[in-house]
Amino acid sequence: MATREEITSGLAEILEEVAGVNPDDVAEGKSFTDDLDVDSLSMVEVVVAAEEKFGVKIPDNEVQNLKTVGDAVTYIEANH
Amino acid sequence: MSNVDVVVTGLGATTPLGGDVASTWDAMLAGRSGVGPLTQEWAGQLPVRIAAQLAVDPATLIERVKMRRLDRSEAMALIAAKEAWADSGLAGSGLDPERLAVSIGSGIGGATTLLEQDDILEQSGPRRVSPHTVPMLMPNGPAAWVGIELGAQGGVRAVASACATGAEAVALGLDLIRAGRVDVVVAGGVEAVVHPLPLAGFASMRAMSTRNDEPEKASRPWDKNRDGFVLGEGAGTIVLERADHAIARGAKIYARLLGAGITSDGFDIVQPDPECRGGIRAMRMALTDAGLTGADIQHVNAHATSTPVGDMSEIKGIRTAIGDHPILTSTKSMSGHLLGAAGAVESIATILALRESVIPPTINLDDPDERLDLDVAAHKARPLEMTAAMNNSFGFGGHNVALVFARA
Repeated sequence: MATREEITSGLAEILEEVAGVNPDDVAEGKSFTDDLDVDSLSMVEVVVAAEEKFGVKIPDNEVQNLKTVGDAVTYIEANH
Repeated sequence: MSNVDVVVTGLGATTPLGGDVASTWDAMLAGRSGVGPLTQEWAGQLPVRIAAQLAVDPATLIERVKMRRLDRSEAMALIAAKEAWADSGLAGSGLDPERLAVSIGSGIGGATTLLEQDDILEQSGPRRVSPHTVPMLMPNGPAAWVGIELGAQGGVRAVASACATGAEAVALGLDLIRAGRVDVVVAGGVEAVVHPLPLAGFASMRAMSTRNDEPEKASRPWDKNRDGFVLGEGAGTIVLERADHAIARGAKIYARLLGAGITSDGFDIVQPDPECRGGIRAMRMALTDAGLTGADIQHVNAHATSTPVGDMSEIKGIRTAIGDHPILTSTKSMSGHLLGAAGAVESIATILALRESVIPPTINLDDPDERLDLDVAAHKARPLEMTAAMNNSFGFGGHNVALVFARA
């Protein structure tokens, strides 16, 4: 089981690779779109990469609920 | 003839001969070949193992995250267009974005993206296919990205006429300015398909040189021992501008674009008309459009791709439409055949030849075909004062485009 910190840092790696987000900017309270400037196509890439990295399924109808990094961490923690 | 004069105020390119216009032009004048061996693992199985690949990798000029969203052709178009735009001095000039259009085409489009994503689909399933796939493979992608980069709002056009694309895109730019729709057009062509599938397809047509042991000698237009074209990749863009607009802002003017001719053979999907009838009509149309006659043309940058049939039919065409006096060259002997970019990069060579009074050479013309009865600037650059020159481009599908440029 990964901790919340481990999941956050894993997401930070993905966000850097896919969207060029500075890992230092990635924190649970940050919004993907408003704070980290991740657009909708990059978000699709983040989701697919996260599924692979954490061994979870993130259905499309869940993605719209993942507004912040913390939302994603919570979903991954509960489902992986 | 039109009463609106159009001039060229900026040039940009990335080619197998150099990462910009200056290095490409220097390599042409020096008679260097951009053709080399394909060292990729996949090349081993192909009958053709040579190509003219870019001198400078686009990934060294565009940041990594942006490159993830760009097909190689789109990245190359951006590099060439940014150079041309900076060269034109139009940035920050107050040009109304609605008076700026883009006309950049490609022969094949984002084929490498299509093929790479198909590999992912086959191996990993549909969910792994990149969400950027469609905007990367669409043939209007290079024009659209350039339009975004420059903020162009006067229309983004992407013509497709195979190996005549670059020239037709320039001709469309001329039309747009003459029609009064815009004042400035960033026009050109791009191609980036050095990939085993297009190579295998062209090779299956027996259209390509298989001189794998001597890559630099493989592209040899009009030579007796020519055995097909050499695939190249590249991008060329030129900034076309209404002459009074350019003069009013004190722009550097490279040349005037006097006229264009576009025809179709209505003959065969790949074979050129052996009598070059469509090419002749295009050349004559361009001359009429320019208000000139054949006697006024001192130089032709020919289409001549190094194929057995096409090279000689064009010679007949030039002789009939223009006469026996112009000095010819085929810069494809050095750059390889840039397909959709050819007409654009060769327009740049024609413009610089006029401006600098020197015709770049046709290398490898060691043993001319006995039917070659026109003067070619073989082996070495030929100094010549010129007032007007023509650039020819023909494409699969029977597309014929001729452009007439004149000294500024």
